[in-house]
This record gives sequence, C-alpha cells and structure tokens, in this order.
Amino acid sequence: MDALLELLQQDCTLHRADLARLLNLTEPEVDRRIAEFEKAGIILGYQAIVDPGRTDEDLVSAFIEVKITPERDGGFDRLAERIARFDEVKSCWLMSGGYDLAVIVEGGNLRQIAHFVSEKLSTVEGVIATATRFRLKTYKQNGVLLSEPPPVERLPVTP
Amino acid sequence: MNPPQDFSRFIADHVSAIPKSGIRDFFEVVQSMTDVISLGIGEPDYVTPWRIREAAIFAMEKGKTGYTSNLGLPRLRESIASYLSRRYNVDYDPKREVLVTVGVSEALDLALRAIVNPGDEIIYHEPSYVSYSPSIVLAGGKPVSVSTRAENGFSLLATDLESKITPRTKALLLSFPTNPTGGVLSFEELRSIAAVCRQHDILVLADEIYSELTYDGVQHVSLASLPGMRERTILLNGCSKSFAMTGFRVGYACAPAPIIEAMMKVHQYAIMCASIMSQEAAIEALDHCAREVEEMRNDYQRRRNFVVSRLNEIGLPCHSPKGAFYVFPDIRPTKRTSLEFCLGLLKEMKVAVVPGSAFGESGEGFARCCFATSLVKLQEAMNRIETYVQKLGAE
Repeated sequence: MDALLELLQQDCTLHRADLARLLNLTEPEVDRRIAEFEKAGIILGYQAIVDPGRTDEDLVSAFIEVKITPERDGGFDRLAERIARFDEVKSCWLMSGGYDLAVIVEGGNLRQIAHFVSEKLSTVEGVIATATRFRLKTYKQNGVLLSEPPPVERLPVTP
Repeated sequence: MNPPQDFSRFIADHVSAIPKSGIRDFFEVVQSMTDVISLGIGEPDYVTPWRIREAAIFAMEKGKTGYTSNLGLPRLRESIASYLSRRYNVDYDPKREVLVTVGVSEALDLALRAIVNPGDEIIYHEPSYVSYSPSIVLAGGKPVSVSTRAENGFSLLATDLESKITPRTKALLLSFPTNPTGGVLSFEELRSIAAVCRQHDILVLADEIYSELTYDGVQHVSLASLPGMRERTILLNGCSKSFAMTGFRVGYACAPAPIIEAMMKVHQYAIMCASIMSQEAAIEALDHCAREVEEMRNDYQRRRNFVVSRLNEIGLPCHSPKGAFYVFPDIRPTKRTSLEFCLGLLKEMKVAVVPGSAFGESGEGFARCCFATSLVKLQEAMNRIETYVQKLGAE
C-alpha cells in the first residue's frame, strides 16, 4: 500500500511536518497528495477508534445476514444501496456464500434493533430473509486489540 | 563486622584486565533515574510476531522441552539453509555446515575460540559492537581496530583494512550493517574487501545479524556469496533483530564442515544446545514471517527518515544510515565530548542516548540513537534534544 495512506490509516492525527519527515517529502507534497486521495475518494474520512465498552453510552450492535433477490439490471446494487442508506446501518457488504448482504447495525438497545429489522429491513421489497446476531464482546476493532497488555519494560540501555 | 575482603586474588588476570563496558556504566546511571525516554536500546521495540510466540507455546504444549542435537534441531538447520539460499544466495549443507547457537553472541565466541591461537591478530572495524574486542581478548587473540569514518558513511575501505594486515593477521571480523553507525557496504566495497582477504589468505567472521534491516532499496549481499569467499567465511546470523526475537536467543553459524566441527566441540562442552522452544519458534520465523519482516522494515525506514531529518534540523549532522536501526549523529558542534553530551542530555532532559566512545575511540564525537521505538517517543525525544542543544549553544 502507499506509505502515506498506511501512515494515515495507523494515525491520521500525525502533523503534516512529521508525515513529511517520515516519508522524505516536503510538506506541500504531503498536502497535495492527501488532497488527491480525498478528491479521488480513496480517503473517505477521518475517525477515532472507540472502545464502546468503555463509554457511558449503551450501544447494541448486531450482525445481520440478509438474503435479497437480485434484479435484472444491476444485480444486488440497488437494493444494497437502499439498505445501506439507513442511519442504523454502519457497514454493509455483499458476500459470497449462503446469504447476500452482511449488515452491521447499531442501536441504543435491543428493541431499537428489533424494530429496525422487522419494520425497515425485512419490509424492503426484495428482502427474502434475515438472520440477526448480536455482538456480545469486542476483542479487536479496526486492527486495535482492546485487551492489549501494557508494553513489556525493556532494559533502557543495551549493546 | 568482617573487614572488607579482597576478592581480586580469585579473579583471573586476563579478565581483570578487560575494562568494564562503557555501556554498562551508562546503563547504571539510567537505571537510577525515572521517566527517561530511552533511545539507548539495542533491540527492536516490537514484541515478537504472534505466530512466532504461538509456535513456542505450541512446542511446550507438545512437551518439546528436552535437549536437542548439539548442532540444533535438524528441521531448523534445514530452515536456516533454505532461508539463506533464498534470501542471500549462499548454500550450506544443513547436516554438516550449520550450527544453531544461543544468539550470535555465542556463535561469535565459538568462532573466535575455534580459530584463534595465542597472539593471533583479529582485525575489526570501529566504531563497533561493544563485545568484539573483549571477545577477541578472551579467546587469546589480539584485537586490531580499523577506523571507519562519517564521511564514508562508516563503511570500511579496503585500503584501510589492508594497512592493518600483518603476518600475524588471522581473521577479519566484518559486521555490516553495523551497530552503532548503521553503515553498510556497497557491493563494490564488499568486493574489494573480499579481494584483500583472498590475497592475504585471511578468514572472515561475517556478523550479518542486521542483514534484513536495510533501507532505500539496498539489498544486503552476504560476503559468503562472493566468488572464493565461501571457503574462508564463517557466516554468523540469527533471529534477534530481523524477527524481533532478542529474548529467544537463537543465532547460527554457517561455514565449511571442518570449521563447524571445531566450533561444535566448544559448543557441545560449553552450552550443549540452544533452547528447544526457541529453536521451534525460529523455524516458524524463518519459514513464514517474510511479510512481518517487510512491515517492520518499512516502519523502521520511516522512523529513520524522521529522526535523521530532525537531528539535522537541530544542528547535529547525521548521515542517513542504510541499515540496522541506529543513527549516529555528530555531536561535535556542541563542543562537548560524547560522554559529557550524553550525561548532560540524560540529567537535564531525561533522554538516554549512548556515547559514541562506548563503541571505540573512533566513536568519540558521536552518539548512538536507536530509532526502534515508537514515533510518539521519538517525537518527544527529538524535541528534548533540540532544547538541550539550543541551551548548550547559548552557553
């Protein structure tokens, strides 16, 4: 992967000057390349990675398998995009295998998600079946281990 | 209370005569302080990749907790031979030409003890890893240092090497990429050195422990791969730096069978064998971890860029090393000795870097900063060094 993209994916809060030093580029070059990534839709946004278990907010998250009927023109796209537009839907992927869409849904409580599935998702024309699985605990998110032990102390000076 | 006893009468003279490592003095000062940002380490800051740790755990679960063959696990020797062939185009017979050791430190000690007759001269290049000269002395040899210089990127010039050769010269201890300077040899330079060694019939102990850590597209060339060199090279390498496995203590030596046989004699009586779970972990590393090494290398290269750029901005001239994970900035603009500079930096700014003088006389005027630490720490350390250098300049 592009080194600049890799660095931004690891930590998008790095200052331009440090990005330039890390990559042996000038700051204007870094600015220009980031602008290009943004313009090309390669960088879609910048977000913090949050451990929901440590916030005060109650958050219920479900992984929903959805079977849908493909359409003559456009296959799964129109239906998938329609489902993805709901605010409750955080991620939506077309999958190979036993079902068609994997949909990650978040809500304040179980009832909200049940409501969304029964009232919104299942009733979309073309949705044949859904299977909802609730998240119990997160161990790793976006490549970050949530139970990472503190770094092991190393000898401060070694040959 | 009993009167203080003098134990020196129990200590062998040749051991007493070896000065204490400059790094150890410095280490003791650092140990006595808290909240120090240390760029003084000589190991990767990565934890060993999980799949390697998992292989060691699996070995223990399966009850692999006994001795191994003195030469090392046959399966590991095959992995080593195949790795060296694939990566560096050198071929060794895993049955007779590969010896697994407790880190390269042991391999180096074995090699020296196996080849040195009393008074034999062993040439090594300075600034160098701290153990070379004492290890030569302990093996009964005479260390002969040859300086490398910042203006050449700390590579060893064949002419400088040749000027140190005498009829007593037995071997050259060659270590590129180099700790502490990060210097590497170009292919041409390596060829010239090989030519000198062939011409004077000198054996080479090639410590290539940093071979995986080269930057800017530089590909490490193993000395043993050059024509006429395999038969006069003891190749030393290991898993510590490339796979972030320092604590596993796995190194290896490769050489023609009679030399390995001689080293094996010393090894079997002194050590028996390297730890079996570490050897199992090393198999996993050598066979399956090229991707992990690539990721670490890319990351080190970026941190090197950062540190070199900052040090030059700060006014401590610093060449951009092509290998290892150290930068070796010139601290002479501060008009301090290496030790003064480093002790001052430690006491006033709580940043530990190692005085270049710990790596031999030709390291005076420089300091070793390891960039194998997190970017956040590097950023803070560089800010503190900047403040310190500005303060020294204002005095």
